[in-house]
Amino acid sequence: MEVVTQILSANDQIAQENRELLESRGILAVNLMASPGAGKTSLILQTAKALAGRVRVGVIEGDIASHVDADKVAAEGIPVVQINTGGTCHLDAPMVRQALKSLPLDKIDILFVENVGNLICPVEFRLGEGLRVMIASVAEGDDKPYKYPGIFTAVDAVVINKMDLAPYVEFDLAALREAIRGLNRRAEIFEVSCRTGEGLAPWADWLEKQWRTKT
Amino acid sequence: MHELPVTEQILQVTLDHARKAGARRVAHVNLVVGDLTSFVDESIQFYFDFLSRDTEAEGAVLHIRRVPARVRCHACQQEFAPDGIDWRCPHCGGLGGEVLAGRESFIESIEVE
Repeated sequence: MEVVTQILSANDQIAQENRELLESRGILAVNLMASPGAGKTSLILQTAKALAGRVRVGVIEGDIASHVDADKVAAEGIPVVQINTGGTCHLDAPMVRQALKSLPLDKIDILFVENVGNLICPVEFRLGEGLRVMIASVAEGDDKPYKYPGIFTAVDAVVINKMDLAPYVEFDLAALREAIRGLNRRAEIFEVSCRTGEGLAPWADWLEKQWRTKT
Repeated sequence: MHELPVTEQILQVTLDHARKAGARRVAHVNLVVGDLTSFVDESIQFYFDFLSRDTEAEGAVLHIRRVPARVRCHACQQEFAPDGIDWRCPHCGGLGGEVLAGRESFIESIEVE
């Protein structure tokens, strides 16, 4: 019997509903993916600061356990919901649908969805996002794109974080940029340091522009 | 690790179609999976055996047709198959290309009794 159904069609369907809900409220959702420790929460906090007064930010935090990240975000007065996946290595669309019910959507312009720290599984699961962004931090090395081609080919932007560490680790920025370009010509590439604030302005400006054009 | 939720979806789609057709038993499930996805064949069968107990799909054998990655070189526009993590074009030496195949993940057909 012929079936020809995408394996994740049920997830994709709910992701589409999430997206329609968010778009109807003028919200751009950003699915933020990276390895553990690459600086996802730091980037969200720094970006929210850079966008203060221009764009209102909200956050969905995805972690296997704990609410450490959500606490950091809430301490800055940013609306946030924590999802604990209880072992699952990625967020999926039903989890995000649930989380959206607890957020003040009329007070949010850009919604960051911080995925579980992982370069593999999150790529397969659409959440309803308008943008997919990954962080590649300097300390992870410059050889990651071809080891994890799935994520590098799927994203709209790559944020290279921890640029302040570059002089202290074995890291070839040109090689990383060439590898990203090899896999993905349309992705924007930003070089930032969440610690020093270097490079955050062009990233925040680009994000604001995406919100204005996509909603 | 994400093979568990993935396999739940495979089983759900399989059972929906089998029940609609009034099948007693599902014998085979034919999947198409690209090499650029991160699904591990053995894990999918393992979870399927576990999840399908006491359903019409219990004992069904999964057949996974793998689709190798194929890309079109950014530089010379010729197609090639990346060799593992080496995405250099064998024709011109250019690095990387546009992905043409290798991202598939769908259920092609099921065989029922």
